[in-house]
Amino acid sequence: MTPLIETRGLTAGYGQFQALFGVDLSLEEGQTVAIIGSNGAGKTTFLRALTGLLRPDREQVLYRGKAIGGLAPEKIVRLGVAMVPEGRRLFPSLSVEENLLIGGLSRRKGPWSVERVYEMFPILREKRKVPGTSLSGGQQQMVAIGRALMSNPELLLCDELSLGLAPVVIKDIYAALPRITGEGCSVIVVEQDITQALAAAQTVYCFREGQVSLTGSPAELSREAISAAYFGM
Amino acid sequence: MGAINTLVQGVLLGGLYALFATGLSLTFGIMRLVNLAHGDFIVLAAFLALAAGQALGLPPITALAVVIPAMAGLGYALQRGLLNRTLGNDMLRPLLVTFGLSVIVQNLLLEGFSADSQKLQGGAWETASIGLGGGLFVGVYPLIVFALAVLVIGGLQLLFYRTELGRVFRATSDDRETVGLMGANNNHINAMAMAIAMGVVGLAGVLFAIRTNFDPAGGGSRLLFAFEAVIIGGLGNLWGTLAGGVVLGVAQAIGGAINPGWQILAGHIAFLIVLLVRPQGLFPRVAH
Repeated sequence: MTPLIETRGLTAGYGQFQALFGVDLSLEEGQTVAIIGSNGAGKTTFLRALTGLLRPDREQVLYRGKAIGGLAPEKIVRLGVAMVPEGRRLFPSLSVEENLLIGGLSRRKGPWSVERVYEMFPILREKRKVPGTSLSGGQQQMVAIGRALMSNPELLLCDELSLGLAPVVIKDIYAALPRITGEGCSVIVVEQDITQALAAAQTVYCFREGQVSLTGSPAELSREAISAAYFGM
Repeated sequence: MGAINTLVQGVLLGGLYALFATGLSLTFGIMRLVNLAHGDFIVLAAFLALAAGQALGLPPITALAVVIPAMAGLGYALQRGLLNRTLGNDMLRPLLVTFGLSVIVQNLLLEGFSADSQKLQGGAWETASIGLGGGLFVGVYPLIVFALAVLVIGGLQLLFYRTELGRVFRATSDDRETVGLMGANNNHINAMAMAIAMGVVGLAGVLFAIRTNFDPAGGGSRLLFAFEAVIIGGLGNLWGTLAGGVVLGVAQAIGGAINPGWQILAGHIAFLIVLLVRPQGLFPRVAH
């Protein structure tokens, strides 16, 4: 079966600085993959390369077998790849509802709508008129997830969902994941905090210094092996 | 009575300055682009209306139907073909490129129309006035210009807060990269912003050319008035820009009433006072 998304020897970086050195990753439709690794391991760079914010070679990223590396971000989102960016990146001038509506710009059809997002995160309905950035961190994360879902993605990329959030809030956010995958959406979660990521994923990739240092199913990997791959010790 | 008269004339003149400034405010607000050729495009629009009048026999107000779409189209093409390439982290690049455009436009106008001073003839209503009682008269034409300024700014506010394009404009102003992730084509969005800005420039240029004489070298002072209105009003707020235009117009009218030679100077002094007392402008919205 053709994987939903696959990278082959993916290299990427910023100007003179190379951050990824040949990453091979593949994700079957319906799967959730976790990418873990310390700060600077190349996790965010990897997601930026998938979404077109960085421009890798065309053949390095395959979506349903089609080479899409380096396409413009607005073209990649139309194919069905949506991103919840690190730090949420809500639009401060826009209300909660307007932030969600912007997520629907790609006009992809599917199960998600503003109404469905409000059903999943009822607090957002109450706050729909207020500026997105006046919400608490956890609520902002809900907006960022909802905004990404508004494009009815086949693949949702989540960058550091837990960043800066209290453990109890992180639990709430991750509780929404099964609702999302239940709609047939595949997910890649990138995390430094590995507990939630491992619980949610069928496959885990550990990144270190721009390469994959370990991969496997969370059930099969021992804590020692993960920690060795994570820290390089 | 004289004082009130001066004040009213100044407020109405402010409408024209607000129209000068609207395009500048839009392009800076949405894409942080400072267009140094803005004033020359105002003059270009005036000459376009002149040419349309000579070639097609159109009166200035009818010529607007040609000038506004032509300027908007020029704006779209210019942004898409040239100015988008200058955007980025370096503020200097768009400044240099638009400065170059300013020189080019001025010289093309000189070639095509000579350095002679021109004026568009609006017709008899141009000099008509209505009495408000107590010896107070306002010109019909300045009143129309002011009403148009309010209409344009009100319309743009509706566009910004009620339409999808407006939402995308505001989001682009916040975070251009993330809007791209949501499916917006940044190059197209920027070009739409420039098209709207230049459409307003088309209107402003024709209204200006009916009011006063113009020549190819007049762009610089139009740019200056536009800048002053934007800064006085506060960045990113179109109603603020209208207020900025009014402050500038009133200052000039007061200066001119004291001594005709002081008209322009008084506007600049008002601008400097605002910069000293409230450098963020009267009603800022963009935090930068």
